[in-house]
Amino acid sequence: MEEPKKNPSPPKWIDYLLGVVIAPHFLEDVIGDLHEVFLILAKKSGHQKAKWLYLFAAVKYIRPYFIKRKPAQYSPTYLFSPEMIKNYFKISLRTLAKNKAYSFINITGLAMGMAVAMLIGLWIYDELSFDRNFQNYGRIAQIMQHQTFNGQIGTQNSVPFPLGPELRRNYGADFKYVVMSSWTNPHIVTVGDKKLSKKGTFIEPEATEMLSLKMLSGTRSGLKDPYSIMLSESVAKAYFGDADPLEKTMKIDNSLSVKVTGVYEDLPFNSSFRDMGFMLPWQLMIVANPWLKTMEDPWRPNAYLTYVQLNKHADVDKASAKIKDIKVKTINKEQLKYKPEVFLNAMSDWHLYSEFKGGVRIGGRIEFVWLFGTIGAFVLLLACINFMNLSTARSEKRAKEVGIRKAVGSVRAQLITQFFSESFLVVAFAFVLSILLVQLILPFFNEVADKKITMLWTSPVFWLSSIGFSVITAIVAGSYPALYLSAFQPVKVLKGTFRAGRFAAIPRKVLVVVQFTVSITLIIGTVVVFKQIQFAKNRPVGYSRDGLLTLYRSTPDIHKHFDAVREELKTSGAISEIAESNSPATESWSSTSGFEWQGKDPTQSVDFNFDEVSHDYGKTIGWQFLQGRDFSREFATDSVALVVNETAVKFMGLQNPVDAPLTWFKKPYKIIGVIKDLVVQSPYAPVSPLFFCLAADGGGVVNIRINPAISTASSLEKIKKVFGKYDPGSPFEYEFVDQVYARKFFDEVRIGKLTTFFSVLAVLISCLGLFGVASFIAEQRTKEIGVRKVLGATILNVWSMLSKDFVLLVCLAFLIAAPCSYYFLDGWLQKYEYRTDISWWIFALTGLGTMLITLATVSFQAIKAAMMNPIKSLRSE
Amino acid sequence: MKRTFLGEFEEIVLLVVAACTEQAYGVTIWESIQQYTGRTISLSAVHATLYRLEEKGFLTSEMGGATAERGGRRKRYFTITSYGNRGLQEIQQLRQQLWQNIPAEKMQPKLSFS
Repeated sequence: MEEPKKNPSPPKWIDYLLGVVIAPHFLEDVIGDLHEVFLILAKKSGHQKAKWLYLFAAVKYIRPYFIKRKPAQYSPTYLFSPEMIKNYFKISLRTLAKNKAYSFINITGLAMGMAVAMLIGLWIYDELSFDRNFQNYGRIAQIMQHQTFNGQIGTQNSVPFPLGPELRRNYGADFKYVVMSSWTNPHIVTVGDKKLSKKGTFIEPEATEMLSLKMLSGTRSGLKDPYSIMLSESVAKAYFGDADPLEKTMKIDNSLSVKVTGVYEDLPFNSSFRDMGFMLPWQLMIVANPWLKTMEDPWRPNAYLTYVQLNKHADVDKASAKIKDIKVKTINKEQLKYKPEVFLNAMSDWHLYSEFKGGVRIGGRIEFVWLFGTIGAFVLLLACINFMNLSTARSEKRAKEVGIRKAVGSVRAQLITQFFSESFLVVAFAFVLSILLVQLILPFFNEVADKKITMLWTSPVFWLSSIGFSVITAIVAGSYPALYLSAFQPVKVLKGTFRAGRFAAIPRKVLVVVQFTVSITLIIGTVVVFKQIQFAKNRPVGYSRDGLLTLYRSTPDIHKHFDAVREELKTSGAISEIAESNSPATESWSSTSGFEWQGKDPTQSVDFNFDEVSHDYGKTIGWQFLQGRDFSREFATDSVALVVNETAVKFMGLQNPVDAPLTWFKKPYKIIGVIKDLVVQSPYAPVSPLFFCLAADGGGVVNIRINPAISTASSLEKIKKVFGKYDPGSPFEYEFVDQVYARKFFDEVRIGKLTTFFSVLAVLISCLGLFGVASFIAEQRTKEIGVRKVLGATILNVWSMLSKDFVLLVCLAFLIAAPCSYYFLDGWLQKYEYRTDISWWIFALTGLGTMLITLATVSFQAIKAAMMNPIKSLRSE
Repeated sequence: MKRTFLGEFEEIVLLVVAACTEQAYGVTIWESIQQYTGRTISLSAVHATLYRLEEKGFLTSEMGGATAERGGRRKRYFTITSYGNRGLQEIQQLRQQLWQNIPAEKMQPKLSFS
């Protein structure tokens, strides 16, 4: 037997393989033990056999327990091991809980920012999804036309009566449906003794298919019979409750009897047809108004709406080009000077791109979408800036923590992850809070915005985008502290030679300036929007709105007994005057072109607004004469007399307007009086030429000036009684003119309210951030303040020292914001013909206001710091 | 009642560790088990059980000094924890109780005559 080796060793390759198989923390003692066993075996059975046995023993280690087991203890810390992640969040939670004020400012600030962004997101989503509920969204279009009046190209959606049939006859290949429709107007709808005013439309039967109505009962072909009606669900409920309305009879405007042939699900609130409470057959309107068929020139009045649905393969632009000259080909020569140009306005453009100027599409509400989108982005940015600012402001405090962690072996990646998980945690809290806030604010927001927005709980897009935004916010907000703080050198920090230095504060200052630039711009914007609204509201309207009522009569009864009604009301003392007209005082519903006067350019296309009124109209609305006189019962010739407005006189270029002869459709007329301009259309638009004439048959509108000497309630009571007596078939419904007038500002007021809401939040968020930064700076300089106080500084000294920096930053922000906002707002105001100016005092006031807010925010901390007892602050170490 | 659960082999390993008068590590434990039970047992089975018992908290371990015969590798010494002790005691108690519950006649060897 050969001399045994002193230390026979097992094969190395087996050890190597074991090293691959066995988890590292087991390796050392396992191989150690194995070796020992090998020695025992070698002694017992010889070297060679021991090698084999060793191999067998080693092979037995190939089992899941040794292979799979991750180290339970003594493990190196991986960056994203579950343990570490748990640790990151635990530490983050503790940090947040330790700095309560800081966490509060951060979380609420961010939550507000996110809530605003979310609200705006929902609003934008709602705007963009307008009309999209319709199945044929991509293929529905409305017929519109450009026409030139008084030298200006105007765009309108009302078209002449024969346009629909003409389209169907000559261009039918492109259109699946051509649907003529009236405007959606209130009508008196009666069932039994239930009499309500509801909005509805006369429309051609194909509309039901075009709008793909969802029928609750009946079929979509319900409008084929001219004496039928289709109700929306809500209207059906209002009249019949839960009973089945099919085949029931209803009465429209006290004259037309119709039978219910269908009930459809209410058209979406978020659509152009949301007002359509019921549909009546187009045929019924023709039956009720036989003159429609016998009109002398049916192409002349533009009073109806036409919708089309394009065929599958037809293209909007191509079809639009085809029908461009449809009117030119048909109408008589005389009308050609209006240069009518018919075109298709696709449904996708109705809501957001429906403004035209000079015959060119210039956008529309899409501007608000952009505006609010920008505001939302900025407000969110402000909130992120807060977070970054506060984190960097605290950097010196946390520098020590970073130093120690690095010294005991943290790698930079771990610190970065730590800071990011802090920001993720804050954002997560803020996100939850913001959802609660949005849920809370939504009802008020809907009211202001005239929307029915709901949280899109079930929409994956909503969740994906809001979580996506949150992640981005967390990364953006957390990046600066994460990268900046983790770069500290532990030696410097721990030796105490570390100073954040002058440059550390620069990004912070830049951020504060950005924040306040945005806030100041928003404030100035809000003020100007409100000033513009106020300016237009205070525009002299040329008549008096106080105590002026408008009633729309839908039966001829009042007109028949008009003199008796007037007599009775006047003697009762309820009113001071009453008169009839064709349009309410706040609108002008008719215009005419058949006007000729001496010195008129024969090729000129003119369009004068006019209104047919009864004798006392002027007295009723209270217009003011510049020259001449009002209509009078004493002059029989007043049947061919006109009262015109200032603008009309200027337009015609008449030197002596009173008694100037005119012709209207070849009939001679004369002007008897000139009145001050009345604002009857948009309060922002220039006044158009307007005249009044007497009408034999009165008009659809009754104007009443109630007696200011007695209470409104009692005069209304009396009027109601008299109207009930002469017109028992109609409900007594009236509107106050000043309310109607106020409605003209709805859009602007709404936008104004929304921007105010957003700017207030923006300012609040900025101040919150400022408050936080100021408090940290005050804390940082505690010792310095202590020393200063010991050396004799007053509270005022300390206060001004701490506030000075911020005041300078806000001044800088103001200097940037002022010209920017001027530029944007000037552009916005150009949209309005009747507009306010951007006066210097707005800037002065905003600047001063911001300064005060800043000072108030900072002062709280500054004074607190200044009042502190220096003994405390100096004794601390 | 809260019970400790141990497999049969685990119990033996734990008992062996507890019974060891000197510092116990893989090889000594392996040897004793074989000695006591008279079975041939692979070292890997012993290791796996030891580590598992440690994870369950019945044992703790610490690394000892290096020894030349192991190629300079250290030994991992196992000691029983107080939890382990209590576990063993509970098991013993349970067994004892069960033993006592067995009726005497059942313990009589059954005689059968063919």
